[in-house]
Amino acid sequence: MRAIWIVALTALLAACAGTSSEQAPAGVEDRSPGGAAGAQSGAVGGKGVTGVDLTGGQAGAMSPLKDPSNILSKRSVYYDFDKYDIKDEYKPMIEAHAKYLRAHPEMKVLIQGNTDERGSREYNVALGQRRADGVKNMLKLLGVREDQVEAVSLGEEKPKAQGTTEADYAQNRRSDILYPGEY
Amino acid sequence: MIVGYNRSPSLATRLFMHRTSVCWNRVVRLVTALIVLLVAPLARAQLSIEITGAGANRIPIAIVPLAGEAALPPGISSIVRADLERSGLFRGLEVPPLIPQPTEASNVDYAEWRSRLADALVLGSVAARPDGRFEVRFRLFDVVKQTPLGGVAYTLAKDQVRATAHRIADYVYEKLTGERGVFSTRIAYVVKRGTRYELQIADADGADEETALASFEPIISPTWSPHGRRLAYVSFENKKPVVYVHSLVDGKRRVVANFKGSNSAPAWAPDGSKLAVSLSREGGSQLYLINPDGTGVRRLTNSGAIDTEPVFSPDGQSIYFTSDRGGSPQIYRMPADGGPAQRITFDGNYNVSPRISPDGKSLAYIARNEGKFQVALLDLATRQTQILTDSDRDESPSFAPNGRMILFATVIGGRGVLSAVSVDGRVKQRLTVTAGDVREPAWGPFLK
Repeated sequence: MRAIWIVALTALLAACAGTSSEQAPAGVEDRSPGGAAGAQSGAVGGKGVTGVDLTGGQAGAMSPLKDPSNILSKRSVYYDFDKYDIKDEYKPMIEAHAKYLRAHPEMKVLIQGNTDERGSREYNVALGQRRADGVKNMLKLLGVREDQVEAVSLGEEKPKAQGTTEADYAQNRRSDILYPGEY
Repeated sequence: MIVGYNRSPSLATRLFMHRTSVCWNRVVRLVTALIVLLVAPLARAQLSIEITGAGANRIPIAIVPLAGEAALPPGISSIVRADLERSGLFRGLEVPPLIPQPTEASNVDYAEWRSRLADALVLGSVAARPDGRFEVRFRLFDVVKQTPLGGVAYTLAKDQVRATAHRIADYVYEKLTGERGVFSTRIAYVVKRGTRYELQIADADGADEETALASFEPIISPTWSPHGRRLAYVSFENKKPVVYVHSLVDGKRRVVANFKGSNSAPAWAPDGSKLAVSLSREGGSQLYLINPDGTGVRRLTNSGAIDTEPVFSPDGQSIYFTSDRGGSPQIYRMPADGGPAQRITFDGNYNVSPRISPDGKSLAYIARNEGKFQVALLDLATRQTQILTDSDRDESPSFAPNGRMILFATVIGGRGVLSAVSVDGRVKQRLTVTAGDVREPAWGPFLK
């Protein structure tokens, strides 16, 4: 089980075009919150030593799904008005969840699609569904099993931002990837 | 008298005293997700109605306080007058105290009432019966033609004053306009206060509201069964849209559609034998038929687009629905058992929420014009469209059962309110609750 995690996380860190993969030398697992160990191992790496981190068990008490430095903690896809296509910036995040779900075939996720408050409530349920279905379909294309994903819609009924500005509406045009216990 | 709806005060307390038909782990989730109103209503949230527009030629009518009506507060004549005035078709005249007080049996001095500018006159009386109940008699007169138009006697208990007054108003309305009154009908709507949602049922004048369902999760799309005994609606108490049918008399709820994905937009067939719903269980939102007990699912559309908001035509032959199969949401019609769909709306790029008038001749829907969402009415024979409102956030239109008014939700001053507009656009009403948003109105059918 832990081996799968390490493999998945290594692959993720490699895949993730973020700062942590640049700072952390190859082969070092960084599981501490906030990426503090990344700075540490960077210092080690400065001496030309390839470090091996065996403390992962302790730091791993935090689920990669909750670890703010882990892309798996990112769950939301945002959309333009009346649109449902997934912008490129969200694709690495969805790919990371696909990888995680492939590695954890027992795990299931719920995709909740949301819309802003303009227009018909029922039409917005359908629009939110189309957004959630888009994320589900991408996960399936990336090898996640059909029975691991349910896509549902909350329409305009559960707005994250309560205001009526364009910025509020943009917050509410969203799909969220939720793991058990999170909904 | 006044049959057809059990207004027992214990209705609210019985709403959840039953076993739901869902499996037990769902029941546990239900119990945690819902606040159950087991006690008397907390803060009453009665709708108050404001008339913001009236018909051009209102019939002046004198409704004389019924002799002895003080025994039946709050007074039958004032409720009859308020009902008739709210329709926008009548103007109630002030009647000074008359001595001796006339009754339905009095000789009518037509010239006297004509000099008071009354076109119509209602006289009546209330008498206590030995069994503790009351008898109300009234008679309606055409003052212009100087002729009685008929009258009725009702026997009632003291808690049936409002219902009796609504019956009298219905009688007067029908005699003088030629169409059925809707004062004895009920409306359903959702009130949101903070994080709490309540599905409420009230009389058409907003009085005597009762809560059928209270939840911390949204409730949308209530729709009345043809006989007015049940409501279908969508509840999010399971963290996703699920279609329920709720029996109002005993509070029993049944899950109708809880498939994988979203389950939404219920519409009753006119004979009550089935519902049309929008389901995403096979991907995308598509239309299906389903029996009210959740059996007999049958797919109706296969479009690859959004198909939702189905509604049956009154003859049961067609289903009108919203689809974006043409690139923008528009209203389409298809045979009720499936088949090729025909596009109905063409103006603009956002036309949703179709509702068919009770006579099947016109279509109300929500049209977006320059960013404004407004109630539109399309005459299906002439293809003429009329925008009926000047508000800009209109949703969820619902015809009165006589087809004269359309009730809808809108936003005024940042708050959700209900409004009603006559199909000629002249008569306008606004229904508000204190400290809350009202939305998702559904006007119930005539009581049998």
